[in-house]
Amino acid sequence: MNARTARSVLLTLAAIVAAPVAAAPALKAGVFDPPRDAPQFSLQSSRGGKLELGSYRGKVVILGFGFTWCTDVCPVTLATLTQARRKLGAAADDVQIIYVTVDPERDDPARMKEYLHAFDPTFIGGTGGAAELAAVRKDYGIVAEKHVKGSSYSVSHSSYTYLIDRRGQLRALMPYGRGADDYVHDLQILLAE
Amino acid sequence: MRSPLRTVLLACGAAGVAVLAWAGLAPIETRTGADREELFEIPRGTWARRMSGEDLGILPDEIRLTLGIRDILVLRNLDEVPQIFGPTLMMPGQSFRLPFEQAAEYQFACTAHASGQMRVIVYPYPATPWARIMWRARKL
Repeated sequence: MNARTARSVLLTLAAIVAAPVAAAPALKAGVFDPPRDAPQFSLQSSRGGKLELGSYRGKVVILGFGFTWCTDVCPVTLATLTQARRKLGAAADDVQIIYVTVDPERDDPARMKEYLHAFDPTFIGGTGGAAELAAVRKDYGIVAEKHVKGSSYSVSHSSYTYLIDRRGQLRALMPYGRGADDYVHDLQILLAE
Repeated sequence: MRSPLRTVLLACGAAGVAVLAWAGLAPIETRTGADREELFEIPRGTWARRMSGEDLGILPDEIRLTLGIRDILVLRNLDEVPQIFGPTLMMPGQSFRLPFEQAAEYQFACTAHASGQMRVIVYPYPATPWARIMWRARKL
């Protein structure tokens, strides 16, 4: 190797080492490292037919768990997600909100469709048998507990949502109470990947 | 001539004022990067120890964070099996890093706690003398 070639090699190596490494922008949500594949499920869709998580590969999915009779957590979360989708504008076409019930006794597909459409007609609900929903909750570490109150009942449940990227990886967890701007911030990052 | 008791009381009073003045006026530096993380780890072998009947409390019922100083909750599962840790399910070797930007009280459902809840209290950055005194008192 002559002196000129050696110099070129050294310069190339120096350029590689000195190249600015673009740090990945930080999400506002809690981030899993390393991310894992989002557990697949197949439930009854509020739109009729099957709700297969895998069929939304290529979109960013926000996955939440709740029930239509919820009086505090779910309306707030769904209203926040509605606002976030509006703020995203056209980019929201690549975002799918999926809400899986923790109350299959009362949440049939028709009830979920009616409830979710009041927030945003693009939201999709998932319901099914108690055992299959329990299996989905277990895969995602979701807590749900029934509390009987007289002739009725309520269900306390995990209140956060999951952010699943276009490749179907469970990337982050957004705690309950975060605003629409936090969702927009994180969705823009995930959509840009 | 001063009595010895009076001298001691005056000295104690002066020392107390000095400590309060320091606690209220000495600045608290904001931190960056990993210094802001409050880390909790599930050690390797936790599942096996729980199965053998040991009562292992890893996460406290209440976690206190302060904006600008320690405001990132980091959970790490070093065990060989998936674990419900804090609000979520974590795979072996996986970590979960949750930054906070708003001072508030956050409740997370958590089956690892007897109460079923984990509470994270996030305090604002102690910008006033009184807030600095309270922040330092909480660290004692």
